[in-house]
Amino acid sequence: MASTIALTVARYRPEREAAPIFQTYDIPFRKDWVVLDGLNHIKDTQDGSLSFRWSCRMGVCGSCGMKVNGTPKLTCATFLSDYLPGPVRVEPLDYFPVVRDLVVDLSDFMRKLRQVKPWIIREEESPADGEYLQTPEQLDTYKQFSMCINCMLCYSACPIYGLEPSFIGPAVIALAQRYNMDSRDQGAAERHKILSEHDGIWQCTFVGECTKVCPKHVDPAGAIQQYKLTSATRWVKSLLLPWSAR
Amino acid sequence: MNVGPHYTLYHPRWYRRRVSVWWWLQKRSYTGFVLRELTSVFVAFFAVVYLWQLRALAQGPDAYAQFLARLKTPLFLTLDTVAFLFVLFHAITWFNLTPKAMVVRARGKRVPDRVIIGSNYAAWLVVSVAVAVVLLRG
Repeated sequence: MASTIALTVARYRPEREAAPIFQTYDIPFRKDWVVLDGLNHIKDTQDGSLSFRWSCRMGVCGSCGMKVNGTPKLTCATFLSDYLPGPVRVEPLDYFPVVRDLVVDLSDFMRKLRQVKPWIIREEESPADGEYLQTPEQLDTYKQFSMCINCMLCYSACPIYGLEPSFIGPAVIALAQRYNMDSRDQGAAERHKILSEHDGIWQCTFVGECTKVCPKHVDPAGAIQQYKLTSATRWVKSLLLPWSAR
Repeated sequence: MNVGPHYTLYHPRWYRRRVSVWWWLQKRSYTGFVLRELTSVFVAFFAVVYLWQLRALAQGPDAYAQFLARLKTPLFLTLDTVAFLFVLFHAITWFNLTPKAMVVRARGKRVPDRVIIGSNYAAWLVVSVAVAVVLLRG
């Protein structure tokens, strides 16, 4: 079995390069190492200047998303052994501005996420008996969408987001649906304004890659198509029954 | 420190990569997606042929015979074959994607994707058989 494996890592140091370059590092190969372990090994023993984000190293925090051999991946859950004999190409996520090396700026996502009000909206606060009750079936309708960890792999996989940066994007729509479908929420009409715009669901042409790369099986593509159906039904209803309250 | 009006101190000097015009050739799934979008052109082609057929039918037996003769030329046979393959691709890819948009719940549980896809194919088969029966009888 191989004793070393090469990691070809994108470097972008704004004070030195105008555009990213690639640098190759040979690291020891270990069966139980993930790409993130390799990057940490480089940082600890070979090149302390390499910059990347990570935190939990167990697929929960969503910080370590990068492109591994061209596919958006959580590097903490991507084993080096799947890429033998190497080299493994590690790049920052696509379509976000690169700050340094493998670190991208996510401000655009954060701004869009706030627009869809990803929290429970009530017309009137405080239920009579202190809590909102929910059955397991009601939980089941949105639970899948609540698994999103904001890792941004879906944005990096979405060519529409690359071509039309104004698109609010897969994770934002999935998270809006997470609240729309929550039985305790009453904010669907408020979110509808943002979601039903051209830059909302209708910008999506259903490439479907967001769902394929999602490490938490959120299925953002499904969330978008389901909301297209909801939005179209609303539109037909408003056409047939213009006097009915929304 | 003297800072000019166009320079934001401590603001990162971002690198933004432009999306290549050939992005859809970089991954097989992207190419498949663009082909699926392209199928709409061939669906429209069939619609136009049908309209043309209706017009020929309205114009009388001579015009209809001429229409049929035109359809038998190698050019139309080739076009029809290509269009048919694309329309087939259109139908299959969209049928396979229906469970993404249609979430059906029965007895508190989500109906499996296979069942939804299967019922689409079943409906397709039933309609096709019905059309075939009408055509072959007549």
